[in-house]
Amino acid sequence: MTALDPTNTPAPSQRSWYKRNEIAVTPWLFLAPAILFFAFYVIWPIYQSIAISFYDWDGLGDATFVGMANYAELMEDSAFEVSLWNNLKWLLLYLLAIPGGLFIALFLNQTVTGIRIYKSLFFFPFVLSQVVVGLVFSWFYLPNEGLLNGVLGLVGLGPVNVLGDPTLATYGIIAAGLWPQTAYCMILYLTGLNAVDPEQIEAGRLDGAKGWRMLWFIIIPQLKPATFIAFVVTIIGALRSFDLISIMTNGGPFGQTRVLSFYMFEKALSEYGFRMGYGAAIAVILFLIMLIFIAYFLWSMWREEKGR
Amino acid sequence: MFPTPIEKTPRSWQLTYQSLLPIALIMWLLPLIAVAVFSVKPAVDFTQGNYWGLPSSFEMFNNYGQVFFNSDMPRYMLNSVLITVPTVIGAVALSCLAGFALGVYKFKSNIWIFFMFVAGNFVPFQILMVPVRDLTLDMGLYNTKTGLVLFHVAFQTGFCTLFMRNFIRALPYELIEAARVEGIAEWKIFWYVVIPLMKPAIAALSVLIFTFIWNDYFWAVVLTQGPESQPVTAGITSFNAQFRAAYHLMSAGSIVAALPPVLMFFLMQRHFIAGLTLGAVK
Repeated sequence: MTALDPTNTPAPSQRSWYKRNEIAVTPWLFLAPAILFFAFYVIWPIYQSIAISFYDWDGLGDATFVGMANYAELMEDSAFEVSLWNNLKWLLLYLLAIPGGLFIALFLNQTVTGIRIYKSLFFFPFVLSQVVVGLVFSWFYLPNEGLLNGVLGLVGLGPVNVLGDPTLATYGIIAAGLWPQTAYCMILYLTGLNAVDPEQIEAGRLDGAKGWRMLWFIIIPQLKPATFIAFVVTIIGALRSFDLISIMTNGGPFGQTRVLSFYMFEKALSEYGFRMGYGAAIAVILFLIMLIFIAYFLWSMWREEKGR
Repeated sequence: MFPTPIEKTPRSWQLTYQSLLPIALIMWLLPLIAVAVFSVKPAVDFTQGNYWGLPSSFEMFNNYGQVFFNSDMPRYMLNSVLITVPTVIGAVALSCLAGFALGVYKFKSNIWIFFMFVAGNFVPFQILMVPVRDLTLDMGLYNTKTGLVLFHVAFQTGFCTLFMRNFIRALPYELIEAARVEGIAEWKIFWYVVIPLMKPAIAALSVLIFTFIWNDYFWAVVLTQGPESQPVTAGITSFNAQFRAAYHLMSAGSIVAALPPVLMFFLMQRHFIAGLTLGAVK
């Protein structure tokens, strides 16, 4: 940084160009490294991906321009349709993490001895890598030896092979994903509950509000910032799901647990062939879906900035 | 406080609550407890179908010894450290600079640059995959830790800048103005006024980014292969292939792989949670 600082040799009568424009120039000097990195590795690749999606390319040889052919093929591709539906399931069911997290947060929002340890242990699953969560749950679901079937057996329900059943497998994976995600939402709500205004609660109590009414009319409105962040991270998490699928079923059985992010990877990089253009087209679709949410998030943030 | 503090409720509910807590916790962590028990069991338990009973003998040292001395695990762990630590330093440094610029100065494109970072941070990885892999190949960094670090730094800068900028916005602006009146150079304001105030934010981000990067799997698979450079999340799959169906070893391996972020979390809990709530929920 010292190289940028001409003040070591000040010329009192005629100030240097930098000194005169310091306030205008400094932010750009500070921003330069971050913007360069970000543009090079994030912004430019987005553009490139969109461009590649119009080509037929194996990643090594020459790319041939095919126009919309990749997208046209997607419309006919039943695996793509399955992935899209699965993405929708993920998106909807993943949102259960939010009420789930709120419920646990309410349960733990007490001041009994040792509660801090309970809170951190409840949060624990979020710190684990999704790879480990995936492994843990795939053993939990094992058809003969798994703990789930052990428990089901106790209440007289037959063994189910969750991850081997084409209709159940996706739900099994989502349940695994909900475990850490609920923990995340819980911690958001626990910090949110700390900030709830005790006077409003007292006022509510005097007005005879309690239980559900209190929760709905007084507590939840005050938790709005926490809810917003919970929505953001849960939606992003749902659309990014890849690790769990890759670890638990690798897309199977019969490709029924694929989602867009996984199918894209499969098309572009795995043994199913290096179809970079086709993979990029899938990624672009996923990006467009995400863009709806990103636009909404940015819009809410922008409104908040204005409000300040 | 909501719900009603437990001290003010009937004695019967107090007792129910006290006993409900540990039961709920055990149910919540059941899959994890199972894996912990797996990891101290002898191999013979699995061949004899004793999956969920008590271990017939206590083999902790054997199993973990296998992981540490008889597999590529230490290698993968070292790789993870060598990928995670530089990424944390790089991303935090870049975002301190950028966050300062966006938090303190008013200029026209400020909000748009800020939104660029925010939006980029939410983008699905997959749209970056093909070009970034290509770029890394072209730079000769495919299957190196450097290639992975450079990408991680760039991508995490989005989230970090969002965080830092909001944090700096919340600092008292008068401090900076007072320093300007004194005629202190802008970079000195950054270094001597703002950075010391940012320590909690730096701590929070460091723990959080450490966990994110340690747990990354997607980019590890896309940008690396083989034990020379793969981090532990990717390594665990080849570890599992090596010890197929040896549940006791796979469990021990998974626990070892998960340990560093877990320790980080328990040691730095307060910072970690401050980071997770994006500093927005106080």
